Amino acid sequence: MSTATTGMSTKRRNGAAAKIETTRKQRQRWLPWAFLAPTILGMGLFTLVPIVASLVLAFFRWDIISAPSFVGFDNFAEVVQDPTVRVSFLNTIMFVVVAVALQLGLALALAIMVQEKLPAWLRVFFRSAFFFPLILSAASVSIFMRYLFNEQFGVVNWLLSFVGIPAVPWLTTPAGSAAVVILVYVWQNFGFSFLLFIGGLASIPTETYEAASIDGATGWRKHLHVTLPLLSPTTLVASVMAIINALQVFDQPYVLTRGGPGDSTRTAVMVIFESAFQRLEFGQASAIGVILTLIIMAITAAQFRLSKRFVFYQ
Amino acid sequence: MTTTSTQRAAVDRLAPQRPAARKKRNWSMAGRIVLLLIASVLILGPVLWTLSTSLRPPAESFQLPPSFLPLNPDFSSYDQVFKQLNIMLLVLNSALVTGLIAVGQMFTAALAGYAFANLKFRGRGALFSIVLATMMVPAQVTIVPVFMLIRGIGLSDTLLALILPAIPTAFGTFLMRQYFLGLPSDLGEAAAIDGASPWRTFRSVYAPLAMPGMAIVGILAFNYHWNEFFRPLILTISEQNFTLPLGLVSLQGNLGTGSISVVLAGVILSMIPALVVFMFGQRALRDGLTAGTGK
Repeated sequence: MSTATTGMSTKRRNGAAAKIETTRKQRQRWLPWAFLAPTILGMGLFTLVPIVASLVLAFFRWDIISAPSFVGFDNFAEVVQDPTVRVSFLNTIMFVVVAVALQLGLALALAIMVQEKLPAWLRVFFRSAFFFPLILSAASVSIFMRYLFNEQFGVVNWLLSFVGIPAVPWLTTPAGSAAVVILVYVWQNFGFSFLLFIGGLASIPTETYEAASIDGATGWRKHLHVTLPLLSPTTLVASVMAIINALQVFDQPYVLTRGGPGDSTRTAVMVIFESAFQRLEFGQASAIGVILTLIIMAITAAQFRLSKRFVFYQ
Repeated sequence: MTTTSTQRAAVDRLAPQRPAARKKRNWSMAGRIVLLLIASVLILGPVLWTLSTSLRPPAESFQLPPSFLPLNPDFSSYDQVFKQLNIMLLVLNSALVTGLIAVGQMFTAALAGYAFANLKFRGRGALFSIVLATMMVPAQVTIVPVFMLIRGIGLSDTLLALILPAIPTAFGTFLMRQYFLGLPSDLGEAAAIDGASPWRTFRSVYAPLAMPGMAIVGILAFNYHWNEFFRPLILTISEQNFTLPLGLVSLQGNLGTGSISVVLAGVILSMIPALVVFMFGQRALRDGLTAGTGK
């Protein structure tokens, strides 16, 4: 390849080298923008403009049909007082706390177990198995999980009957539905945190463990005093991503329960969807969206602040 | 590699303990494997149940104890899926949408990633930060203006409405930038000295080398958009524009809890392309998902 390009260049260099130099410089000025154009234009049109529009729209009342009218902070005031919106935000926060704790705990425990001495083929099998649900669609997972959690005929209750637990009304009671949404969500998503922890564990030098075992550390003490502190940067990333994703949960509650029974599994994003596309209250939907974004940004910022105290960097 | 002070501090905190007996170690490994096996059964079990139920006659859908090995497969539910749902159209829609998004993302992300990594221009850092910041804003927040924009340009209820907004990708751009930064820069310098234009340098030198990175972007895009539910739910209205996940949920709605083996047959059919990608692109998918997450 190098001889071909050299051949081409000798021919070129015989021409007016200086002229080529200047045209190239001029070309180089706009060239980066040519490379960036599709991404920048697309993002401007489909992300940045909508972000600004969403912010503006939150101060208007608009149902698409009639002209939008400016209402100041009315949308925010109404949204904050709306009991359904309030419940949905509380549900979302509850969901995030429980789902993220389960997801991270499970992922960390399993990652440590997989990463310690195991036959290679078993390690590959477990890694693939835990990663597998990530490739499925949340909609189809929710569809088959609905049948597994069926009160009378579902496999889950059938299994529970062996340990003497009577049939649980999973999808017909508020607590049961909330539990199912969390379990299904964690089932599908813990593999992502698991992958992050596997990566983090692999980056801890083995000498650290050798030193620890010379000092007599065994079992869980080793993990408490060596693994956890050294894994804290990974834990930070994993928890930030898990929380951001969980705050946006929609597919699972929509397909599993449609937000019910009552409002028990209605989430923040579901309320955005319903107020915009079922009640055509675009201003209110935008206001809810703005509040959700602010919450996400506040939580992320808080996590990075807290992390200064709890995260060790090697 | 030297042990840093943090690590040493972590080690120092350990109370001295007598080493446990060697034998105990084998037992703890066996215990670990048992726990891991239980976890993988809980993960794979539901999927196997779905497969085996889709292969049972509809009358035996709710049979307990459940069977996990389809010994006498009955494909009538699969016939039914094709009769009750225009599944060929759904697959075609999904393939078209997902394929065009994946290819579009690969090209635009490669171009933008290259510019951010290898070309110098004013405002490069600031622009890159803006691109990254867009990842923080949830798609649900911008969906209302996007919906109206799509209506405004006359694309509402078309497949293009799903494709176009998904092509510019912040994460893909970030990934490709990282990839190009990892390639040796003397290649470009050599090409420039040889008189190749920057475009030519990109096309003949860097783009071919960046193929594995582009493959990661493509596979990630495929996995995400093949499974996408929220945007299609809002941006498509008529059934001829539905993608697979929407079609499956509507199939479930039509049937109620009646013939679940038909619904599950549809679910299994929809998994096949994702499964193929999983088998061939597992490594790329994993690297892509965890790319840029610190370490």
